[in-house]
Amino acid sequence: MKKNWPILVVDDEDVMCESMGAWLREDGYHVDTAPNGQKAVELAKCMDYAICFVDLKMPGGMDGIETMMEIHRVRPEASIIIITAYATVDTAIQAMKEGAQEYIVKPCNPQEISMLVSRILKLKKLQSENAILRKKLNRQYRHYDIITKNPRMEEILALTKDVADLRSTVLIRGESGTGKELVARAVHFSGNRAEKPFIVVSCAALTETLLESELFGYEKGAFTGAAAQTKGKFEMANGGTIFLDEIGDISPKLQADLLRVLQERRFYRVGGNQEVEVDVRIIAATNKDLAEEVQAQKFREDLYYRLNVIEIHLPPLRQRREDIPLLAEHFVQHISSALGRDVSGISAAALKVLIAYDWPGNVRELENVIERAIVTCRNGMLDEQDFSWMQRNPGQPQNWEVPDVSLGELERRAIVAALERKHGNVKEASTALGIDRSTLYDKLKRYEIVH
Amino acid sequence: MNGLYLVAIGNVPAQALDWVEDATAEWFPLPIRRLPPLAIPASAYDAKRGQYQSVEIMKMLVQHAPRDASRVLGVTDVDLAIPMLSFLFGQAQFDGPIAVVSLCRLHQEFYGLPPEESLLRERTAKEVLHELGHTFGLVHCSEPTCAMSLATHIELVDAKAEQYCTRCGMRLVQRFTSKEATV
Repeated sequence: MKKNWPILVVDDEDVMCESMGAWLREDGYHVDTAPNGQKAVELAKCMDYAICFVDLKMPGGMDGIETMMEIHRVRPEASIIIITAYATVDTAIQAMKEGAQEYIVKPCNPQEISMLVSRILKLKKLQSENAILRKKLNRQYRHYDIITKNPRMEEILALTKDVADLRSTVLIRGESGTGKELVARAVHFSGNRAEKPFIVVSCAALTETLLESELFGYEKGAFTGAAAQTKGKFEMANGGTIFLDEIGDISPKLQADLLRVLQERRFYRVGGNQEVEVDVRIIAATNKDLAEEVQAQKFREDLYYRLNVIEIHLPPLRQRREDIPLLAEHFVQHISSALGRDVSGISAAALKVLIAYDWPGNVRELENVIERAIVTCRNGMLDEQDFSWMQRNPGQPQNWEVPDVSLGELERRAIVAALERKHGNVKEASTALGIDRSTLYDKLKRYEIVH
Repeated sequence: MNGLYLVAIGNVPAQALDWVEDATAEWFPLPIRRLPPLAIPASAYDAKRGQYQSVEIMKMLVQHAPRDASRVLGVTDVDLAIPMLSFLFGQAQFDGPIAVVSLCRLHQEFYGLPPEESLLRERTAKEVLHELGHTFGLVHCSEPTCAMSLATHIELVDAKAEQYCTRCGMRLVQRFTSKEATV
């Protein structure tokens, strides 16, 4: 680890550079030395020094503070430690004001300098880890990670931006795999709560009692095994957002509890008698039609209206087929680099197969299909045969939306589609349609279908 | 075969060089030879600090290194320092031929305590292993009992053992046994 952090020693005295360099090298650091400020800046242009020891008084040319400022211009991240034999409070204050991280008086105790170096490097390590994590996080939840050129999706994206800064509850509807959580994250991370927690709770995954303690937390002794007071997800999300996935699956009791939280932003921990107040934005998601559930008296009407302040309805992938090539390309790049496979793209023939498929599992299914194809792909390009197994198992539309056309037109389309699927083979098409051949001929004539 | 040369610099207790030789012989498979004692160079004395600059002493060792020297280890009883640090127990050229060890701060008397010869011998052995380890490319070790751990005060010297930890020991072995390595 140490070798990743190069150190520069700048001093006009040879013996100082030599001895300090030797001492630090014994600790495993890469050390360069410079006899003056000009040389130091030149070196800093080529090497990303973690720490620069700079002598305050150097005769002729740049002094220590000037050298420090020049190094900072080239390497703003470098920590500068000013060294001097003539310590005065004034110069110390000036050096610190100009951006020195530390100020040491020579000669100093070996322990002092050893601790100083390891303290600074520990901080650098944390800073660089932090920067990497932040970058990763931003990359994960940027708005434009929702890839689309579908007008309905674009409207939804605009809406997420508009509502990002509000505390209003959002209800996201959509089939599974359409990206409900991604949209919820987009709302959270583009708003003023972005720096605060985003807590996900999958309501369908837990039983009623477990979910209750998961959401609201519990007091010590509330039930067997409750060894200590534990915060629930609502408390953890304080200041941020809680994402309640599969909200349509919660029990009537929890619906009542949730209603109270929504109304008052207060609740009791399980087994507790003290109210807890939170500032939490709620985003709920469901693949059910909650209005229907209300009709069937499975979902409380008042809760439904509380949740449904801002409604986002995500279209299934088959209604945004124009996005399939974009998404496919995105997943190919993303997954092949994550898996370390050298797959550069996807062929036009393969895309045709993907576009024709109905994707009952939506974008998530597309992602999994691409991953499977990348794993088994032998060439540098995904081709039709990488998806041949899909054609054997064509997707069945889950919620087939009936087009707004006459029954006759519907029949005409069904016939055309059957003929296309069977490549014009009338016998096979008639079997598929469940009618006999002569009936099919009659209908072809009636609908003026030329095949 | 190139040798490891030991040399007393200035006034050094008679048996000290024997201790150094014993410790060295245990870990380094090189012929160990002694050079005639050297006087402390006048240029090394820092009157302001009442100490000796180790860089000057090391420069002198470079000048006196025999042609067949693999390493030259100087042993002195004076207090060593470099401009940046208030003192040093010793110093070495990292992965280079020259090292120096000072016994000054290894004496109990330095801390106002009665002399203790066995403790002085132990401390000397530890510091010799430490500085010679640097000349063979070993860096500071995070294991406090390893001879290669960094000691910035005498208690840390005493916490070390008179040996390298397994990892540092193995690195030394590799150094002496691999074909590419030059000793």
